Amino acid sequence: MLAPSRLVKGLSTHAPLIGPIALLLAISVITVLVHDANTTRTVIGALILVVIVVGLYVFVGNSGVISFGSMALVAIGAYAMAWQTCCAKLKPMTMTGLPDVLKLHTLPILPSVVSSGVLAAIVALIVGRPIMGLSGIPSSIATFMFLGILNVAYRNWDSVTLGESSIVGIPIFINVWVGLAWAAAAIAVAYFYQTSRYGLMLRATREDEVAARSAGIRIPTLRLIAWVISAFLLGIGGALYSSFVGVISVNAFYLDLTFITLTMLVVGGIRSIYGAVVGVVAISAFSEILRQFENGITLGSLEIKAPSGFQEVLLGAVMLIVIVRFPRGITRGHEFRLDRIFNFIKRLVAPRSAA
Amino acid sequence: MQYAIQVAIDSLSLGSIYALAALGIGLIFGVMRLINFAHGELITMGAYSLIIPSAAVIPTLFVGAFPWPLLIVSVVVILVIVALAMERIVFRPIRGADPATLLIASFSLSYFLQYTMLLVYGGRPKGIDIGSSLTESIQIGSAEIAKIDIVTILATVVLMLALASFMKWTSIGIQIRAATQDFRMARMLGVKANAVIAGAFAVSGMLAGVVSLLVISRVGALEPRLGVNMALYGFVSTVVGGMGSLTGPVAGGFAVGIASGIIQAILPDHMRPTRDAFVFAIVIVLLLVRPEGIVRLKSSKERV
Repeated sequence: MLAPSRLVKGLSTHAPLIGPIALLLAISVITVLVHDANTTRTVIGALILVVIVVGLYVFVGNSGVISFGSMALVAIGAYAMAWQTCCAKLKPMTMTGLPDVLKLHTLPILPSVVSSGVLAAIVALIVGRPIMGLSGIPSSIATFMFLGILNVAYRNWDSVTLGESSIVGIPIFINVWVGLAWAAAAIAVAYFYQTSRYGLMLRATREDEVAARSAGIRIPTLRLIAWVISAFLLGIGGALYSSFVGVISVNAFYLDLTFITLTMLVVGGIRSIYGAVVGVVAISAFSEILRQFENGITLGSLEIKAPSGFQEVLLGAVMLIVIVRFPRGITRGHEFRLDRIFNFIKRLVAPRSAA
Repeated sequence: MQYAIQVAIDSLSLGSIYALAALGIGLIFGVMRLINFAHGELITMGAYSLIIPSAAVIPTLFVGAFPWPLLIVSVVVILVIVALAMERIVFRPIRGADPATLLIASFSLSYFLQYTMLLVYGGRPKGIDIGSSLTESIQIGSAEIAKIDIVTILATVVLMLALASFMKWTSIGIQIRAATQDFRMARMLGVKANAVIAGAFAVSGMLAGVVSLLVISRVGALEPRLGVNMALYGFVSTVVGGMGSLTGPVAGGFAVGIASGIIQAILPDHMRPTRDAFVFAIVIVLLLVRPEGIVRLKSSKERV
C-alpha cells in the first residue's frame, strides 16, 4: 500500500525521534492558535517538564535503576541560571559569596542555559563516580542521600543561595517556541544516546545484569555515562524552569518534584522516550483540568468548585490506579512506531472482511 | 560526663524510634520486596486519629480523650486496619511486579494519603496535649533526662522482645521469617502468601502506631508531614542495616540514630542545621563500604 520510498523508510527508522517531537509540535501549534494565557503557561511548563523527564529517562529508563536524587541536578541548574542572569543590582549585596565574574556581570541567556547544564553534569560526574558502583535499591538510596545533602547545603548556604528565601527577579525569556526547541533538543539527545553503542550496552544491563557483565560490559562506567548525560539535560531543565517561573527556592526541588517527575515517567512508560513525553503530556493535561475545577467551572447554571488540595489528591489517586492497572505505563514501554499508526489507519479505512 | 550521658540517652532514644520505623518498613520488604513509603503516612494517620476530623486549629480530641491503655490499643488497632487495607487494595494486585513499579506505587500511595490528610485537616500544625507530662525531665545522678526518652527506650526494648518471641514461637511468625528468607521456597512448603503478607502488614501497622504515639507525645503538634521524616529515616536505616533480615533494620535504626546524636553533639552551634547532610554523607559511605548492609545474610546475594 505504501511505496517504500527512502523518505518513508527514514521516517520509519527514526520514528522514535520524530514521533514525540511531532506530538509536541502539534500541541504547540494549537496552543499558539488558541492564544489563551493560561493554556500557554501550562504548555510552556509542560515543555520544560519534557526536558526534565526526558533527562530523568536517560538514566532511569536505560539503566533500570530508579533515581530519587535527580532533582538535585535540576536544582543545581536552576540556581546556576539564577547566578548568571539574575538581578544585576541586588547580586553584589545579597549573594556576597559568589565569585566576581558572576557577582558583577549578567551573562547572556543562551550560554547561561548551556553552562547550567554543564555544571550539573560536572557535579554528577563527581558524585556519580562512587555511587554508580552500587546496584538496585542501595544505589537508589545513595542518589536520594545526594538530594538530601544538596537540599540541606543550599538551604544553609546563605551567601550564595539566599538560604530559605527565594531568589526573585530571574529574567523570563521563554515562550512556546523556545520551550519546544529545548524539548526537541532533549529528545534528540536521548534518542541518539540510546541508539549509540553505549546506550545499547546499558540497555542490555537493564535486561540482565549478569549476562551483560559476562559479555564484558562494565556496568558502573556505562551507568556513569548515562548519569552524566542525564544530568546535563536535567541541569538545562532547571535553568529553563528558573527563567520560566522567575522565582526559585530550594524546596521547589525536593520530594514533590521528585514524585511528580517520576510519576510522569512511570505513567507514560518508563522504558521509552515516547513514554516520558506522553507521561508529561497526560499528567500536565490532567492537572490543568483539575486546576480549572479548583478555580470553579460553570456548567449551564451550575457552578462547580473543587476545594483546594483536591488536585493533588486526585492526581495521587489516578497515579495509583494507572500503576495498579497498567504497571508498564500508557505506552507499555514501546517507542513511537510508524507501522503501528499505519496499521491503525489501515484498520480504520479498510472495510472489515466479512467473516 | 553528664553531657556525655545526655547525648547517649538522646541518641539511644532517637535510635529506638528509627529502629521501630525501620522494622515496620523492613518487615514488609522482607516478605514482598516492597519499600513502603506510605509507612510515614501510617504514622501520621495514627497521630491524626487522636482527634475528630476537621480543619480547626484547636482540635477536639477523639481517641485522644480515652484513658491511656485504651488510647494505645485504639491507635494500634486503627493502624493495623489501615495497613491491612493498603495491602488488600493497592499492593495485592501488583504483587510480583518489578521492584521499581512497587516502589512507585508506594510512593504514589504516600502522596495520595498525605494530600488527603492535608485536604481534611488543613496544613497548619495543631497543638495537641497527649502525654505531655512525659516531656518533663528527671534527675538521675547529675544528669537531667527527659522522661519521654526513657519511655521511648523502654517501649522499644519491650516491643522488640515481644516481636522477637512472636517471630520465634508463633506459627505465623515462623512463616514470616521463612518467607523473608526465600518466598518461593516457603510457598512450596505450604506457607500461604496472603496470610504471611497480611501478617507482616499488620505487625507493621502496629509498629507504626507505637512510633506515632511516641513522636506525638514528644512534639505535641499534628501536621500532615509528621511521619514523612520518620519514614525517610526508617527507610535509610533499613538499607543501611541490611534488607531482608529483621535484625538488619533494627541495627540500622540504632546506627543512624546514634550517628545523628553524636554529630549533633560535636557540630558547632551554627552548623547544627546541617546535621542531616552529615548523616546522609555517612549513609553513602556506609553503602559504598557495605552495600548489603550491616547485617549480611547468606541468602541476600542475588542468585542467578
